[in-house]
Formats: sequence, structure tokens, C-alpha cells
Amino acid sequence: MSFRPAPHLRPRNDVPNLMRRVLLALVPGTAIMVWLFGGGVLLNILLCSATALATEAAMQRLRGRPVAPALNDHSALLAGVLLALCLPPLLPWWMPVLGTAFALALGKHVYGGLGFNPFNPAMLGYAFLLISFPAQMVLWPAPELATPGLLQAIAFSGGALEIDMISGATPLDRLKTGLGQGETIIGLQAERALFSLHPDLRWPLINGLFLLGGLYLLQRDYIRWQIPLGVLLGLATPALLFWLIDPQRFADPLFHLFAGGAMLGAFFIATDPVSAATTTRGRLYYGLGIGILVWVIRTWGGYPDGVAFAVLLMNLAAPLLDRLCRPRIQGHS
Amino acid sequence: MTTMHRERIREGLWSNNPALVQLLGLCPLLAVTATLINGLTLGLATLLVLLGANTAVSLVRHQVRPEIRIAVFILIIASLVTAVELVMSAFFHELYRVLGIFVPLIVTNCAILGRAEAFASRNPPGLAALDGLMMGLGFCAVLVTLGGLREVLGHGTLFRGADLLFGPWAVALEIRLMPFDEGLLLALLPPGAFIGLGLLLALKNWCDQRRRPQPVAAAKPLAGETG
Repeated sequence: MSFRPAPHLRPRNDVPNLMRRVLLALVPGTAIMVWLFGGGVLLNILLCSATALATEAAMQRLRGRPVAPALNDHSALLAGVLLALCLPPLLPWWMPVLGTAFALALGKHVYGGLGFNPFNPAMLGYAFLLISFPAQMVLWPAPELATPGLLQAIAFSGGALEIDMISGATPLDRLKTGLGQGETIIGLQAERALFSLHPDLRWPLINGLFLLGGLYLLQRDYIRWQIPLGVLLGLATPALLFWLIDPQRFADPLFHLFAGGAMLGAFFIATDPVSAATTTRGRLYYGLGIGILVWVIRTWGGYPDGVAFAVLLMNLAAPLLDRLCRPRIQGHS
Repeated sequence: MTTMHRERIREGLWSNNPALVQLLGLCPLLAVTATLINGLTLGLATLLVLLGANTAVSLVRHQVRPEIRIAVFILIIASLVTAVELVMSAFFHELYRVLGIFVPLIVTNCAILGRAEAFASRNPPGLAALDGLMMGLGFCAVLVTLGGLREVLGHGTLFRGADLLFGPWAVALEIRLMPFDEGLLLALLPPGAFIGLGLLLALKNWCDQRRRPQPVAAAKPLAGETG
């Protein structure tokens, strides 16, 4: 029994709680990434989280606002972790730090802090790094590479250790270069089976576990179903259509759904409550837009994956969508 | 120097700076400031045109009927730009090719037409020339700052390509400030120009705010109202 003054019914979904739950839902996907790609993932998460918290504190300080509540709502931490999960595991240490600082300072606080940023800060940081350092940002370790431990990753990112980088192409890279060189899908497939465009099952596994975490969030009602469903539909529908038309040149929808950052994007990044659309129908269109853009960028764009750019573009459209999808008020036509 | 002259200098360089306050001429400002020397060259070209245009417009201001004034202003500006362009092509041909379309595009720089219309067509030549000079210097200063900023972040150097402007001896001017050649690629791309200009604007506004006496935050309650 606890004795408290009113109100007795406290909101269950306040910001810190929501952010904690989202972080919790990221755990299975993160764990499998650490297992598959080694300590670098963990190091990225540590670097990004620390930078995120430090930047948040510094910016609150500069803006003359209280620091403690901003740090305790975990929103900066979540942005840092999300950015870290998008980064390839072996990077010099200052890249995650620079990206996170950019994301929080110029992506969030310049606009007025939590609740006012028009763009998803984590994706802004990722786009910043991808555009600035295109060569390093595609270095995902090949499956043959023994997964480096945390200490090895630290030594590498500090510049003390040279790893003969056996950077493997991610399935999306492989698809893009393969098709660019005139190969056909059949030629790229190892054998005809489910996920046959994936040379191994690492990316389907990662995406599957992020899907699991996302379903937990959905089931607990921490996110609405419209955005993730929209993203997945928007990605799968054009993929299915074009795959049916020409299976030699277009990858199948199942490949798209379980490649790259599809699930992480659909359930964790697109659902950012600040920068996403907030009306019910608007959310669906917002998700659909992201899904379609991801497919378009993957198929015709210059980059192998397009979740970050798709999310940023639809962030721009979110206010307009909300305006167009305003629910009708009872009694007004 | 009268107050009027001082006012011109202050406005052009700071309080009514074409790039930082009027936000005019952003197209060349953002497009060519990948290095300090590029920024400086375009800044100087704009400065020359602005100075000439302001003087010429001020000289003919009583002869031009208001109905056709814009056409006359553009004609004057275009002639001056053509002259500057030919000079650049003759003496700094490499640089002329680097800057490309942005030299002829000075014609459409609204800062120049803006000064002709807003100031030179209403003031005597001396004052108009001073205004053109100061506005040009203010614009040039922003171009150079932004160019320097982007060059340091992107290439890690300053004065890269100075030989194109000053002749072969100027190769020695190039300073290496950062130990890399492939720096922040974003700084060299168009988004970097926008972000850099935004930060410069913020810096200017911050300086202004600090100098201005702080307004009283909230009106004090009257003596009778306080319990």
C-alpha cells in the first residue's frame, strides 16, 4: 500500500517509460548483431550513447534549461542507440561521436529540443555520416572474418590495430552491384530457396529479431500499427508488383522485407513520435511513403539502402499529411 | 565623415549585410564557396559590379523615367558583369573556368539590383558608391568566411588554389590546418553550404543579441498588487 496524493491514475506511457520500453524492445536485435558482428556494435552503442548524453547535457546547458530532466527522459539515449545500430561495426571512434553530436545538436536542439525537431535526429546523424564518409560507412564485415571482440574493436577504432578489413558486401550492396554489372537475379541466387538472395542468414535473422521487438511494442500499445504496417506494405507492394513483372531484374518482396534496415526502420525509426505524422490516416500514408521510397532508393537510387533518406523525406511531408488527414469534427462538414 | 557615411559602412558590413541580413544573392554564395579562393574571387567580382552599378545608377537617376528604371538598371548591371567576365577570362582564365556559370549569373544577384533600386536611385553618386563598396565588402566577407570554413572542414587547408588568383608564387600561400585531405565531404557539398550559412547567421544573431541590452523578462507587478 502506498499513500500518495491525487492523481491516483498515473499515465502509463509517459516519455521516460516509453523510451525505456523501446530500448528494451531493441535488446534481442542488438544482441544478435553483437553476436554476429562482434564487439564493434557494442562499442558503437557505448560511444553513441555517451556522446548523445553529453551533447544533450551541453545543449541544455547552453540553452539555459535544466539538464537532469532531459537526460532522465532517455530520448537522447534512444537516439544514440538507434544511430549506433545503423552504423557498420568497425569505424574509427570519432565517426560515431561526430555523427551523434551532429544529430543531437543540429538535429534536435537547434529546433528547440525534444518535441520540436522536424527530423528524426538519429537518421539525420546517419545521413550526415553516410554523405561525409561514404567509403567507411559501407564496411560491413564479411562472414569469413572472425568476429572481433570488444577489445579488438576498441583497439581498431582507436587506430592502434590494423585489421585486414575483409569487408563483405551486404546483400543489398551485392544486389546493387550485381544488377549494375548486368547480372540477373537468378545468377545472384545461390540456390532457389527462401531468402536465396541472402548469401547467409545473418540479415534475415537480425531483421527477424527487430520484428519481434517491434511486435512487442505493438502488442503493448507503445506504438500504433499504422506506421509499421504502412512501411512494410509500401516496401512489399511495389517489390511484389515489379518482381511479378520481371523476376530477373527485381528482387522478391521477402528479400526486401528482411534486408538492410527494413524492420529496424519500420518499427523503431519511422515510429519516432516527434517527427512522424500524428493523425491516424496520416500515419498510414506516412508509413506507406517511407516504404515506397525505401524500395525506390534501393532499386534505382545511388545508395544500396534508403531507410534514412526515406524517413527524412517523409519527415518533411508529415506536417502536410497531418493537415490533409485531420479528422472531421462531429457536426462539421 | 558624416553620420550618413558611417551609417552606410555599418549597414553594409554588419547590420544590413546582403548575405547575412538581407539573405540576397544566396545562389552564388552557396554554390561557389567550396574554397576560400573561389569565394574571394566571386566576392571581388560582385564587389566590382556592385560598386560600378551603384555609381552609374546614381549618376543617371534623374534622367531615367520610373516606368523603365528596372530595365535600365539591369542593362547597366549586365554591361558591368560582361566587362568583369571578360577581364576574368583574359587574366584569370583557370579561375574563370572553375567559377563557370556563376560569374555571368552575378547579373541576377538580387543584392545588386536591390541596392540600385533601394539606395543608388535615390542618393547622390558619392554616397551610392560608398554604399556599393560597403555592401560588396560585406558580401565578400561572408563568401570568404564561408569558403574558408568549408575548405578547412573539407580539405583541411586554406588558400588552396591561390595561384589561380595571384599567380604561380602564391602556391606557397596554401596552409594545411588539418592533417587530412579527404575531410568532411558534406562540408564541400551543397548541404554543407546551407548548414554553414545557417550557423553563420546564428552566430551573427547571437552577437547582436549579446550586445543589445536585455529586455525586461516580465513586467514587474505593481506595488499594490503584490500581496
